Amino acid sequence: MKLDQETVERVAHLARLEIDEEEKETFTHQLSDILDHAEKLNELDTEDVEPMAHATDVNNVLRSDDVKESLDQDEAVANAPDEEEGMFKVPQIVE
Amino acid sequence: MLEDYEITIGLEVHAQLATNTKIFCGCKNEFGAEPNTHTCPVCLGLPGTLPVLNEQAVEYIIKAGLALDCEIATFSKFDRKNYFYPDLPKAYQISQFDLPFCEAGEIDIQVDDEDHEIGITRIHLEEDAGKLTHAGDISNADSSLVDYNRVGTPLIEIVSEPDMKSPQQAVAYLKKLKSILEYIGVSDCEMSEGSLRADANLSIAPNGSEELGTKTELKNMNSFKAIEKALTYEAKRQEKLLDKGEEIVQGTRTWDDEAGKTLALREKEEAHDYRYFPEPDLVPVIVKDSWIKGIKNTIPALPDERKEQYVEEFGIPEYDAEVITADRELADFFEAVVAKFDDAKEVSNWVMGEFSRLLNENEVTPANVEFAPADLAKLLEMKEEDVISSKIAKKVFEKMFNTGQDPETIVEEEGLKQISDSSELEEIVEGVLEDNQSAVEDYKGGNKNVIGFFVGQTMQATQGKANPQKVKELLREKLEE
Ligand SMILES: [Zn+2]
Repeated sequence: MKLDQETVERVAHLARLEIDEEEKETFTHQLSDILDHAEKLNELDTEDVEPMAHATDVNNVLRSDDVKESLDQDEAVANAPDEEEGMFKVPQIVE
Repeated sequence: MLEDYEITIGLEVHAQLATNTKIFCGCKNEFGAEPNTHTCPVCLGLPGTLPVLNEQAVEYIIKAGLALDCEIATFSKFDRKNYFYPDLPKAYQISQFDLPFCEAGEIDIQVDDEDHEIGITRIHLEEDAGKLTHAGDISNADSSLVDYNRVGTPLIEIVSEPDMKSPQQAVAYLKKLKSILEYIGVSDCEMSEGSLRADANLSIAPNGSEELGTKTELKNMNSFKAIEKALTYEAKRQEKLLDKGEEIVQGTRTWDDEAGKTLALREKEEAHDYRYFPEPDLVPVIVKDSWIKGIKNTIPALPDERKEQYVEEFGIPEYDAEVITADRELADFFEAVVAKFDDAKEVSNWVMGEFSRLLNENEVTPANVEFAPADLAKLLEMKEEDVISSKIAKKVFEKMFNTGQDPETIVEEEGLKQISDSSELEEIVEGVLEDNQSAVEDYKGGNKNVIGFFVGQTMQATQGKANPQKVKELLREKLEE
């Protein structure tokens, strides 16, 4: 399956990735190759196979509703590039 | 509401579940804490962490599904909904896409004495996002602050069918939904704190049209009043456009309560490209019949059932029963009073009247009042036995409400006992007649209405403590002499 460059640009934008012209070219080819490879799977007859919800056979992994200790405010924001009044400070959201 | 068009409304309601902890980690699920004091590596979305599902959240969504007549899925799974926004630290929300826990339910509502059945498409489980604050408007602010305490709070999203035909029906649906969720105790449904939030889809189409019109999505309605106003405004806005031959632009609009208008939100161009895929960090949930049965046993009598019971067992009017049972705490209080004082209609008058008034004025809920239901029963008994007049009863009740003192103590300490003793009353009545000779002449001249004036004077002279019936009798006796 051949991807066009526009699709690559769109996927990059959705993932908030900045890519230059050369990378666009490279990724267009590489992603097309990956899709071609995945396309091979479509050759299998899956008519009577239930779609899989998970790769393992495990179900119902649940925990009880007990409170555990949380991080301190200082620890929580320790890695934030910017912080104010114990909150994460982020750049303008809507332009 | 509109002359030439039919309105179609669907609602998406988010309710925060009243669990102790968040949906995928052990952080406390609590409103109003200091910013970022209820977070951990899991809910902050730090690399290398794994979510583990809270069993209580699963039980609550199943409970909600059962109470709303849904089919409960035997096999359910979670999916990732991908989007970038600073309130979502992982850059995806764990939600459910194609295999939600509950489907195909319904809620019965009544509007203007007509019954309507509103379908529920599905209920799914997901995690809430964090809270953003901006200096001023979001588009003017050059930065925003993020508090992640709310991130990971378990949410159920209840999606209705587009079955509502008026803003009034939409509000009735929401009120009923809120009442049911409160009854079963899965959410505290505080709209002011955002634990119950409703978004709406609204479209209009010419009367008799087979096809629905173009819909708009409405957000940011934070009270029942706001919802009714926003839906009414939006229906009329669309009507005006269609009347002018213009088209409705599909998109999201936000309700500006102060301006009383809906405003178009700028659409992110890829807004609906969430690229859902199965959540690899969580395994599926299989719900066995025995589990469902166990949860079913924890569901109490719901508002409709209780309402019927009130009409049949207590013999109170349907209207009273509807008002009282809409609020579980109020209904519990009512029943506790009726258990000790069996004139249920009298109790319902007090519960809907004085009691509700004081609750509203003081912003407390029935479960948190200072006095016990038995105290109200005692007060009503004292009134019935003519120990106190009805006017005094209201005064005593207000004092009970404010101080938590029992009615007998209040009546005793303030000397509020009704004066029914004839000799004592006789003296007072004679004094009143003595002081108002000209009115006595009036009465004897044929103006029998003056008796009301004498009763009033006597009540005033006794600070409301006289038994009005006795006073009237005595006055007649004296005047006819
Ligand atoms: Zn956490």
